[in-house]
Amino acid sequence: MRLRLLATSLISALTLAGCSEGVLSPQGPIASAERQVLFNSLGIMLAIVIPTILATLGVAFWFRSSNRRARYRPDFEYSGRLELLVWSIPAMTVLLVGGVAWVGAHDLDPGKPIASTIDPVRVQVVSLDWKWLFIYPDQGIASVNRLTIPAGTPVSFELTSSGVMNSFFVPQLGSQIYTMAGMMTRLHLQADHPGTYRGLSAQYSGEGFADMRFAVDAVPEAAFSQWVNATRDAGPMLDAQAYDDLAKPSEAIAPFTYRGVASDLFNQIVSLAAEPNDPARLADLATQRTDK
Amino acid sequence: MNVTAAVEAGEPLPSASEAGPAPKRVVVAYGFWIFLLSDIVMFSALFASYAVLRHATAGGPSGAQLFNQTRVAIETACLLASSYTCGLMALAVNSRSRLGTYVGALLTFVLGAAFLALEIREFADMIAQGASPQRSAFLSSFFALVGCHGVHVAAGLVWLAAMMAQVAVKGFRPAVLRRLQCFSLFWHALDIVWVGLFTVVYLMGVTP
Amino acid sequence: MNLLGKLDWSAIPFDQPIIMGAGAFMVLAIVGILSWVTLKGYVPYLWREWITSVDHKRIGVMYFLLALVMLLRGFSDAIMMRAQQAVAAGGAQGYLPPEHFDQVFSAHGTIMIFFVAMPFVIGLMNFVLPLQLGVRDVAFPTLNSVSFWLTASGVLLINISLVVGEFAKTGWIAYPPLSELQFSPGVGVDYYLWSLQISGVGTLLTGINFVTTILKLRAPGMGYMRMPVFCWTSLAANLLIVAAFPVLTATLGMLLLDRYLGFHFFTVDGQGNAMMYVNLFWVWGHPEVYILILPPFGIFSEVVSTFSGKPLFGYRSMVAATMAICVLSFLVWLHHFFTMGASADVNGFFGIMTMIIAVPTGVKVFNWLFTMYGGRVRFEVPILWSIGFMVTFVIGGMTGVLMAVPPADFQLHNSLFLVAHFHNVIIGGVVFGVMAGYNYWFPKAFGFKLDERWGRASFWCWLIGFYVAFMPLYVLGLMGMTRRMQHYDNPAWQPWLVVAAIGTVIILGGIVSQIVQLVVSIRHRDRLRVTGDPWNGRTLEWSTASPPPAWNFAVLPQVAERDNYWVTKQRANAEQVPPLQYEPIETPKNSPVGFVNAFFAVAIGFALIWHIWWMAGLGLFGTFLTILIFAFRDEDETEVPEAQLAQFDRAHQSEVAI
Repeated sequence: MRLRLLATSLISALTLAGCSEGVLSPQGPIASAERQVLFNSLGIMLAIVIPTILATLGVAFWFRSSNRRARYRPDFEYSGRLELLVWSIPAMTVLLVGGVAWVGAHDLDPGKPIASTIDPVRVQVVSLDWKWLFIYPDQGIASVNRLTIPAGTPVSFELTSSGVMNSFFVPQLGSQIYTMAGMMTRLHLQADHPGTYRGLSAQYSGEGFADMRFAVDAVPEAAFSQWVNATRDAGPMLDAQAYDDLAKPSEAIAPFTYRGVASDLFNQIVSLAAEPNDPARLADLATQRTDK
Repeated sequence: MNVTAAVEAGEPLPSASEAGPAPKRVVVAYGFWIFLLSDIVMFSALFASYAVLRHATAGGPSGAQLFNQTRVAIETACLLASSYTCGLMALAVNSRSRLGTYVGALLTFVLGAAFLALEIREFADMIAQGASPQRSAFLSSFFALVGCHGVHVAAGLVWLAAMMAQVAVKGFRPAVLRRLQCFSLFWHALDIVWVGLFTVVYLMGVTP
Repeated sequence: MNLLGKLDWSAIPFDQPIIMGAGAFMVLAIVGILSWVTLKGYVPYLWREWITSVDHKRIGVMYFLLALVMLLRGFSDAIMMRAQQAVAAGGAQGYLPPEHFDQVFSAHGTIMIFFVAMPFVIGLMNFVLPLQLGVRDVAFPTLNSVSFWLTASGVLLINISLVVGEFAKTGWIAYPPLSELQFSPGVGVDYYLWSLQISGVGTLLTGINFVTTILKLRAPGMGYMRMPVFCWTSLAANLLIVAAFPVLTATLGMLLLDRYLGFHFFTVDGQGNAMMYVNLFWVWGHPEVYILILPPFGIFSEVVSTFSGKPLFGYRSMVAATMAICVLSFLVWLHHFFTMGASADVNGFFGIMTMIIAVPTGVKVFNWLFTMYGGRVRFEVPILWSIGFMVTFVIGGMTGVLMAVPPADFQLHNSLFLVAHFHNVIIGGVVFGVMAGYNYWFPKAFGFKLDERWGRASFWCWLIGFYVAFMPLYVLGLMGMTRRMQHYDNPAWQPWLVVAAIGTVIILGGIVSQIVQLVVSIRHRDRLRVTGDPWNGRTLEWSTASPPPAWNFAVLPQVAERDNYWVTKQRANAEQVPPLQYEPIETPKNSPVGFVNAFFAVAIGFALIWHIWWMAGLGLFGTFLTILIFAFRDEDETEVPEAQLAQFDRAHQSEVAI
């Protein structure tokens, strides 16, 4: 009875949390699957954790020294059968949760494409100090701090960073993944329904970190094409020079778009970081330091 | 009954783990062994970073282009020989021969210093060629790993000099003997680290 | 060439009222205490009995005191953060600008882990280990003092950073490239690095010292399987220190090389590899978690068994579980960054390894449960903390295993759920354990008990405060809130953060109660005075006087059983104890080497942080000279004559008889 009460209150607390755009109100297949994994693991563990907590309190209370009805057994320090039980209960639990973990790690590997009849939209993500750049290589456009995607279509991300490490995260769509300079990570997400979802950096990256958030606009397929066309018609061009300007530290940038992107810019960003250091830059750093 | 006394008297005991506190000589050597193990763990972190960054040359020179096998062979010979003379010194200490100890220590010191001089020379040459640790991640990890060993050798030389002063001033009293024992352990451990280093950095480093 | 390196008046933040206020308070407090001590003429006493003491009991107490003071510092950071996040919703910026907020959370983490939790645990091990092992001191008493003073040097440096310059704005893990010169050109990261390097050397020496003590110095007859469980868990923790701390030293050393000499270990350019830092850091970082939690596991074992009036259930299982955790803790580090993009096989492997650690941990919980089963549980303060721990810790363990499931971690990584999880295990595990140990062993250290009423008040405030402060963070994590946000735009988060802030205030009540408890107990010490064995204890520390004499045991105890003292007490009525044979004892002499060394360590650290090269060189030379002079000392032990031992022992025996 008490168990059920506890479970209900727990679930209601979770739903309360779920109401407000968190990981418990998924809007895509990845997030839904991940919530299921979360619930499965939690359920398996609660089955053992709740009885353990109750038993702890119960045993401590019953065997209080003032309770003369409790039998004092000062030599009860070993029992082979209990020992076996004591090792096997957590082992069984871990076996179950371990299975969930192994299967989940493979099914929900961020690098694994989402099975779908629709071809995915490609987006290249660059985290900058302190904003997000989204390049659409197939459409030849780019956007800052706002990610527009077609609903119901898988999105295939390639991610890197201009310098400091960040983590690309849209809680309602699913997995987050690090963005690292000189390296590229992959992620696949999908929004099932049109809507606006919150995105943020989940890896602290310095002074402007708190404002490093972005909106994800999931729009119907037709609206997406419209948006692409509209974007192509207006705004600046993202070439090497514009990228250098954009890369300068800035905070809380209002979203805007680029009508075109220099070809291969993303790969250059990934490999730029790996370029040998030239002495001029070191001197530059040294002056920065003394200024400070 | 005092068990420590019993150990010294050679009486049989139920089990080594129940023998009571170990004598100071054993405790000191044991503690120093554990220190050496921790030092080797530190080296292994540097080895790991070297292994990770080995090919991260950032367009700069690689190990195969830089390493001079002959010089390294001489370095290795110096260090291995110094380990041998360090062993001779330990024998002299055991027979309480001051002269033998001084001679052994002097040889060890000279060989160690020669090793160090060669290594510094190697570093200086590399830096002169533009292969400084600031050039690439590979060179950073190389200089850190080999340099860390070099710093250990330098510290060992200072320690050895201090120990000879102790022998001169205090003679072979128990505390001095314990420290000499620790020094020997330290010196041999540096040798072992060098063997690993020689293999991983210089032998495997020249293979593409 | 500037004689003071980068240091000038601009280093002192005169324009920051909060910092200047805190700094002024700190300076005034220090000056006040120092002048009070000097005026009262306590300096010689402090120098003789504490500062130069190499007695493990005194050093243990000093470690504990240091940790208590730093707890106040770390906790004020916590209150500032909770207050900031409670107000900085929507468009509001709160009262802490990012520049300051970022330092606060970095300092909070660094201080709480390195300068609160570590010295608490090391302090207790210091005090208890030799007593439980039935010996007179640790293996290297002077080294022990050096360790303590190096830790204190780190503490001093990190506190100097409050007023002179700044602290790191990188989080306590200081991930590059953020912590590299390119992105953190200030001295903050240097303060972080040097205070950790200096105190890290102290910790490593402690580890070496304690491993040697436990393995080589035990009372005659105390085989491994007769050691109290606290000794076992301490052994495991110290083995981990010896194996893990050198990795931290090397890793931070590489970052130092990057910052000071332009190396490219973790830089963005030169093909440095920042993820290598992340890997190496957690190769140390995960064992560190067990360095902190294993000794408290031992404390709970002692407390539960003593206050249940029963031997520990499943001693062998407990030992096996402890050693299993010790080994496994090195095989799980990758779970701190599943979101790095490693392959599914790698993530799956580390996820499962992480869960496997939960098995021995679960075994421990069940064993404590069965220890109480069939016992007579006396609800004194230490066992309250233990039961509070058992309930709280299984929740923390569960959320930990939850995050070991890679897909769940993809959603919860770096979120407030994670923050709630590790506070759940560190407060619920380490802090509760330390408090249990503090209430349990305090009478042994000082000869009087701590006031029980205030002890209970403190426990309940901490327990309730913990739940109120951290359960909302679990919810916030599920709502998608990530950690370290100076402000946020989602108004739905605010109510939960307000509740969390209230919880912090309740915890403050717990800390205040603890201080009051200490003050009240000292004032009423005559009423609270106890004999050597106030709790009807089971292990050897209770067989000697409270407080124990400098030599701990006049005659080394002969051990024939586990829980030897308990067994001796049971037999005492039946058998006549033969009169003891006293022999003179050598006790180690006081030594100022630790203190002098610390002076130079602070000088070196400070000089390197501010690039005052001549001072660093001078400090290094001073250290060398100190060690050299110490090595040339003639006498390092004094003899305690038989008569004194016999006299002290008779007094103790008659006290027990009463």
